[in-house]
Amino acid sequence: MYRNQYDSDITTFSPSGRIHQIEYAMEAVKQGSAAVALKSKKYAVLVSLKRSSSELGSYQKKLFVVDDHIGIAISGLTADARVLCNYMRNECSNYKYIYESDMRVERLITKVADKSQVHTQRYGRRPYGVGLLVAGYDQTGAHVYQTCPSGNYYSYKAISIGARSQSAKTYLEKYFDSFEQCDLKELIVHGLRALRETIPNTDTGLTTKNVSIAIVGEDQKFKIIEGDDTQDYLNLIESGEEAAQPMQQD
Amino acid sequence: MSSEHFKYPVFGQVDYFKYNNVASQLASHTPSPSHSQELGAKKRTVDPIVTGTSVIAIKYNGGVVMGADTLLSYGSLARFNNIERMKKFGKSTIIGAGGEYSDFQNLSQVLDDLVVDDGCTDDGTTLSTTEIWNYIARVMYNRRNKGDPYWNSLVVIGHDNNKSFLGKVDLVGTCYQDNFIASGYGSHIALPLLRKAYKEDMTLDEAKTLIQDCLRVLFYRDARSSRFIQLSIANADGLVITEQIALDTDKWDSGDSAKKKKNQDGRKKKNNYRNDSTQVILEYGHNVV
Repeated sequence: MYRNQYDSDITTFSPSGRIHQIEYAMEAVKQGSAAVALKSKKYAVLVSLKRSSSELGSYQKKLFVVDDHIGIAISGLTADARVLCNYMRNECSNYKYIYESDMRVERLITKVADKSQVHTQRYGRRPYGVGLLVAGYDQTGAHVYQTCPSGNYYSYKAISIGARSQSAKTYLEKYFDSFEQCDLKELIVHGLRALRETIPNTDTGLTTKNVSIAIVGEDQKFKIIEGDDTQDYLNLIESGEEAAQPMQQD
Repeated sequence: MSSEHFKYPVFGQVDYFKYNNVASQLASHTPSPSHSQELGAKKRTVDPIVTGTSVIAIKYNGGVVMGADTLLSYGSLARFNNIERMKKFGKSTIIGAGGEYSDFQNLSQVLDDLVVDDGCTDDGTTLSTTEIWNYIARVMYNRRNKGDPYWNSLVVIGHDNNKSFLGKVDLVGTCYQDNFIASGYGSHIALPLLRKAYKEDMTLDEAKTLIQDCLRVLFYRDARSSRFIQLSIANADGLVITEQIALDTDKWDSGDSAKKKKNQDGRKKKNNYRNDSTQVILEYGHNVV
C-alpha cells in the first residue's frame, strides 16, 4: 500500500505544504452517517441519520444537547464528539455562572475551534476525528455552524456533513433561498428531504428508528425529537412532495 | 518572637507623635522582610486607606442618573479634592465607586481588560451592563473568599437594548438591582429620602435634582463628603459624565451675622436653594419628630 513519508507526525508539513494527519482526520468525518443543519430567521434545525451496528443493537446517538439554546449533531468518532460536547457544556455553564446569560453561539464555536487547533500543532497529539454541526439561537438570531478537526469553523445557512452528504448539499443548494422565511415545520421537512438524499436507494429510507430531529429558536429551547415523535414529520415529506416537484423539474 | 506578634502600621492606630523610645516604636511598626517571609505573610486590604464616600443613583424615564462627590479622604482628612469616582466601561456602562480608591483602580484595570477581550471576540455583540455587573459580583465574591476583598461598594448603571440598568455590588459580593440605590453613608441618610421621593417615570431634570438634593443632605451629615459633585447619565444617547458641579450650600449665616447681611441689603435675601437638610427632609415628606 502507498505510504506517505510525511503522514505519521502532526507537527511535520509535507513538501507540498500539507499536514496529512489533519486531512486524515477530516476523512473520519466523512465516514460517519450524515447530518444536516439549516436555519430560518428564527429557528435552526438539525436532522441526522442514525446507524445501528446490528439488528440487535441500538441506534447510535447523533444529536446532543449542549445548553438550552445550543445543540450539536456529530459525524465521525463518537467518543471524540462526547469529549467536545462535554467541553461545550462546561463552557456554557461557566459562562452562565459568570455573566448570568446565555453564551453567544459564535463565542462557543471559537472556543471549540481554538481547542481543536491545539491538537493540530502539538507533538504527541492527534486531531479530533469528528465534525460538528452546531445549531443555536442567541441575541443575534439563529445560527448554524460547522466545525472541523483542522480547527476551522464556518457559518452556514444550510449544510450537511458525513457519508454521502454531497447529495444533501445539492438539495440544500437548490432550496436554501426559501429557508429564511420558512416556518419551523417547513424547515424540518426540508432538512428531512435533504437527509433522505444521503440514503442509498436500496435502503429502507427514513424511518422513525433511524431519524432524529432537533430544533431551537425564538422561544424554543433546544429540543431533540426522536422515535415515534418523528412520524408526523416523516409523513410530511411525502405529503409536500407535489409542491417540491415542479421546482425539481426546472 | 512567637509571643510578640508583628504589627502592621494600621492607619489611625499608629502613634506617630510619641516621642519616647522612637527606635522601639519604629521597630514594632516596620515590617521586617525576613520575618514576613518566614510567616509567608501576604498583603491584603484589611482596612481601607484612601476612601470615597456615598454614590447615589436612580432610574428615570429613559435612563439612569448617578451622582457622587469628587472627594477622596485619608482617614478623616479630606485628602484629594478633585477625583472622579465614576468611570465608563465599554459603550453602555458606568460604575460609581465608594470605599478604597486603589482597589477601584485595580478593579478598573480588570474591567478594562474584560471590555478589550470582549471586543476581541469580534462577534458583533458586546457585554451588556447586566453581564458586566454580574461579572463584577463574581470577582468581588471570589476576592472575599480569598480573604482579600476589593474594599468597595460599586453602583453600576447602564442602558442597552432600550433597557435601563441599575445595580449594586459590595465588598462581599452581595449584588442586587433596584430603581434607586444609595451606597455607603448614603444608604443610611439618602435611602430613606429616596424611598419617599422616588416615583416612576421621573424626567431627567427631576432625577438630577433629586440626586443633588440627596448629595446636599449627605454633605451636611456625612463628615467624609464634599459639596463638589459629578453626575453621570446613561440613556439611549449614550453615556455622559458631567464636569464638576458645586452644590449651593453656602447659606450658613445665623444670628447676628444673618441680621447684619439683612441690614446691608435692606431686605432678607430670598433663598433659591435648600440650605438645610431638615428642609429637604420635610419637602420629601419625612416626619421630623
